[in-house]
Order: sequence, then C-alpha cells, then structure tokens
Amino acid sequence: MSETIHVSNLQQGYGKTVVLRDINLSIQSGEILALIGPSGAGKTTLVSTIMGMLKPQQGQVTVLGQTMPNRQLLAKIGYMAQTDALYEALTGRENLNFFGAMQGLTPGQLKQQIPHAAGVVNLQQDLDTRVQAYSGGMKRRLSLAIALVSDPELLILDEPTVGIDPELRQQIWQELHQLATKGKTILLTTHVMEDAEQADQLMMIRNGAAIAQGTPKHLIAAFHVDSVEAVFLKAGRQQDENNRYI
Amino acid sequence: MRTIAIFKRVLQEMFRDKRTLALMFVAPLLILTLIYFLFQSNNDQTAALGVQNVNSTLVKAIDNDHVTIHQLSDSASAKRVIRQKDYAGVLVQKGDKLTLTLQNSDQSKSAILKQSLQAAQVKLKTKAMATTLKAQGQALQKLQQALAAATRNPNLAQNQAGAPKVPNYKLKTHYLYGNADSTFFNTLLPIMMGFVVFFFVFLISGIALLKERTTGTLYRLLATPVKRSEIINGYLVGYGLFALIQTLLIVFYSIFVFKIQILGSIWNLLIINVLLAFVALTLGLFISTFAASEFQMVQFIPVVVIPQIFFSGIIPINQMAHWLQPIARIMPLYYGADAMSNVIQKGANFMNIGFDLTILVGFAVLFLMLNMVTMRRYRQV
Repeated sequence: MSETIHVSNLQQGYGKTVVLRDINLSIQSGEILALIGPSGAGKTTLVSTIMGMLKPQQGQVTVLGQTMPNRQLLAKIGYMAQTDALYEALTGRENLNFFGAMQGLTPGQLKQQIPHAAGVVNLQQDLDTRVQAYSGGMKRRLSLAIALVSDPELLILDEPTVGIDPELRQQIWQELHQLATKGKTILLTTHVMEDAEQADQLMMIRNGAAIAQGTPKHLIAAFHVDSVEAVFLKAGRQQDENNRYI
Repeated sequence: MRTIAIFKRVLQEMFRDKRTLALMFVAPLLILTLIYFLFQSNNDQTAALGVQNVNSTLVKAIDNDHVTIHQLSDSASAKRVIRQKDYAGVLVQKGDKLTLTLQNSDQSKSAILKQSLQAAQVKLKTKAMATTLKAQGQALQKLQQALAAATRNPNLAQNQAGAPKVPNYKLKTHYLYGNADSTFFNTLLPIMMGFVVFFFVFLISGIALLKERTTGTLYRLLATPVKRSEIINGYLVGYGLFALIQTLLIVFYSIFVFKIQILGSIWNLLIINVLLAFVALTLGLFISTFAASEFQMVQFIPVVVIPQIFFSGIIPINQMAHWLQPIARIMPLYYGADAMSNVIQKGANFMNIGFDLTILVGFAVLFLMLNMVTMRRYRQV
C-alpha cells in the first residue's frame, strides 16, 4: 500500500475569509475515506483543493506523489460533482464520450469502458436517451458513471448518494468496495451516516476544522458511543465547548 | 484532440437546438430583406403643400413630381390647415412677403418643400433675367438697324442678326462606385452583413458558455486535464463554422435576391466575417463572465452591441463631433464594417483591408487573453 493523498497543515479560503484550517489527512491506496459534515463546513472546498482546482493558502497537498495543483494529474482522478454537470441536449452516451475524451481516453478505450461504467450504475438501457428526459436519480447515476469511465486511480465523489434509491445505493457501495480491493482510492463527501459507516476512514469537518478522524470502529470506541452519528454529535459539542474557553 | 471533441460537442448541441439554428440562419435574411424594402422606397416621396394667395407663376414654378399643390381659401390659418389636412407645409403670400409653415414631423418632406421653393425662386429669377436680356437685345437690335440704315452699311446689320448662341450643356454623370440606382441600401448592406454575424455569434456563444457556467459543466470540464485554451479553441472552431455558413448564406442571398454587385473578392468577405465572428465570440465568452443568467446576458446588448451600430459607419464618422470620433476606433464593428464596405463597394483587395483585419485580430487576441484570465477563477492551473 502506498499513500495516495497527503494533506498537511492545510489552510484554505477565498480572499481573506478562511474556510478550512489545520487540516491533516492521509489516505492509502485501496482505502475509502468519507468526509462528513454539515453543509457549509468546507467539504467541497477541501475536495477542490485536493483536486488542485484551488491553490492552498498554506500547507501542502500531495496526490499520487505529486504536489497539487497539477493539471496533468487530473487524468488519474475521476470526479463526480455535487451538481449534475451534464449536457442536457446530449444523450447519456454522448456525455460519457465527451467527458471520457476530455480525460484523455482514446475512442477504442471509450468503447470498452462506457458499457462497464454504465453497467455499474444500471444505465445501459437509457444510454441513448437525451439527458433532459432523465429523472434526478438517473442524472446522478450518469454523473457517477462519468467519474468511473476513465478507470481512475483516485475517485473523488461529492455527495454521490443524494437522490439514489436504497437498492441502487447498496449496489454502488458494492462496486466501490470492489474498486477499493483493486487498489483504487476513493474519497467521498456525504452527510448520510449510513454512507459513513461503510467507509474505511472517516473525517468529520465542522466549521472548517477537523473534529474527529479515524476508522468508524475506532471512533465509536474512543467517544464511548454506539453509532457514527453519536460520534459526530459528541465531537461537535466538544468543539463548541473548546471554542467557548478560547 | 480535446479541441476536436469540444468542437464536436458544440455542433451536436447546436443541431439539437433547431430553433437557435433557425434563428442564426433565417433571422439575418429576414432582417436584410426588411431593410432592403425599407430603404428602396425612399426616392418617390411626395410632400403636400397648401398655398394661399400665392402668385400663380411662383406656384407653377414650385410644382414638380415631389410636390402636390393644394389651393387654400384666404381665411384658413396655416397651422390649423396643417393639423387638419396633414399637409407637409403651407405657403402664404402677403404682398412681397412669403411665409412657409412646415409640419416638420418628417424632416425629409420638409427638405423637399424647402428645396422646391428655393428652386422655384431661382427659376423665376433666371426667367426674369432672360426677359430683360431679351428686351435689351431687341432694343439693341433696333438701334443697330437704325444705325445701319443711317450709315447704309448692310453688312453690319447682317452680322448682328445672328445673335450669340447660348451653349446647350448636356450633363452626363459617371458614378465611381455603384450606379444611378444605388440607394442607401447599398451603403447599409455591408454594414448590416457584418453586424448580423457579430450580433448572433456574440449572443449565442455568450449564452452557451453562460449555460456551461450555471449548470456546472464548465467546472466539471476543468476538473479534467483539458487546457483552458483547448476549451476556447473548441468554441472558436465550432462557432466559427456557423459564422462561416451564416456569412455564405447572407452573401449569396444578397447576390441572387438583391442583385447586389460585390466588386471585391468573396474570399475577402469571408475572411472579414470569420474574423468578426471570432471577435464577437471571444467578446461574448468574456462578457458572459459578468452575467449570472441568460436575462443578464441580454441586458448587455444595449451596452455592448447597440453602440457599435452607431459607430459602424451608418452615420459617417467624419461628420460626428470631434470628441465622438475616437469612440469609433474602439468598436470592433467599425473596422469590420469598414473593410466590408471597401470590399463590396470599392473592390478593395486583401492588402487594402489589411489594416482593418490586423485590428480585428488584435481585438480577438485581447478578448482571448481576458477569457483565459477569467477562467482561472475556476481552476488555478
């Protein structure tokens, strides 16, 4: 196992406002890390920084041994955005073809990869329908397929399970675990606790700071509670108390 | 490779959107056809003139194809007659004094009346002069005859009988550009061709990129190893192609339907329009950065597009106030329209329009740079 993502002493923000501070993070290849936190906590900012869309204000981000930002390295990262960033006038297949080509896949590779990626999210039947006729869940699934299509080393999924029914959610998690056993690294954000319990590693972010970090089992034991949700609530209360004394 | 994929996607999206496609290709022809008919009928305008107590010789002298004369009774008030009967003007004579009251809601009719009145006065004066001359000539002749009879020299009388002939001038007019049938439309067409391409490419490409921003596809796109320049180039090639087709359509429509004579080469026209489209495209993409919605994009039309029409040569730049003239120099359409007019009406070659083309390239490069900078907001590498 090698280290896929390394974040040290990261401070990040926009202009003078600081969104994230003192973030330290390490993910090994084959691990699934879930970032949990309320909306506005800074999850998406952290994800953008790891992808190199934003330069760190302070600290360092390394992905696959290379310092970010690094444009070329984006070819090895599969990204699923929080909003369904899809071309509605095009069909599902055309969307996959386009984004695949942007990732640097050849037409031959695309022909091979598209059926597989569409299969994972159960979209084979609807690939030749235009996206504007898709339901919300189908769009979400197509977004995920786009992230998978280039068979990337690192998958970054921003809220992947929103609007997806429980059956398909389970199916997707199965696929994610399978990818992880093949050595792929997965970083996802969520505020669904069931998702968090499936992950190997958890990082809880609240008000721009990491309040708890570790495996789900370890965290539950350390906080003397019985669920991940309880860990999050307790860690949040502790953060508030600490802030009061400062 | 990625540029081609983006180019292909632009085409796919465009072909799916039949209405925008129709707008891009049919609307320009519709506009040009309207302009064609509007500016054709300009020549046979007539103005109605009411006359009151005016000397009949003067009235006769005023009368021409463009003026319809109506006799008025003595009591009518000029202003009331104009309001009631919608005459363009009323001419009243009181002794030696002539008073012309003009409606002046249509300045071209006022001009016709003023011109006709002036011409009539000149006509009458020359006539009067001619009569005096004739009278003088006759008197002179009589005097000479008397003199000849007195001196008994028949030669002298004979000589004088052949009075000096007035040379009969015949005017023949040559037109350097265009011909006697040239109307304002001929001046307007090259400008409108450039404008139509500029306007539609600006609007459609600007809104297309705006849509990419608002739906998040631009951010998603930048989360791949694509270069910013590849995105812009893909757009450039895609919309450049549409601009090219649009230009061809307009040029051939003008040639075959309006029977417009294009003196220069069509290739030069295509080069100008494609360059103009590039400027419009890069400007549209840039402006779309400042718009949060399609509606806000449309709000930029009166600010960015409309002023360009005024400075594109429809109103001659050298007739403008001095402080206004430099503004034309910062309008891309001014250079485009200038080059277009030169090619269509004066048969300018590539070298002649080189300066305009260089400036257009300069504009395109400038906006291109600005686009690259603004896209940094989304991805900092």
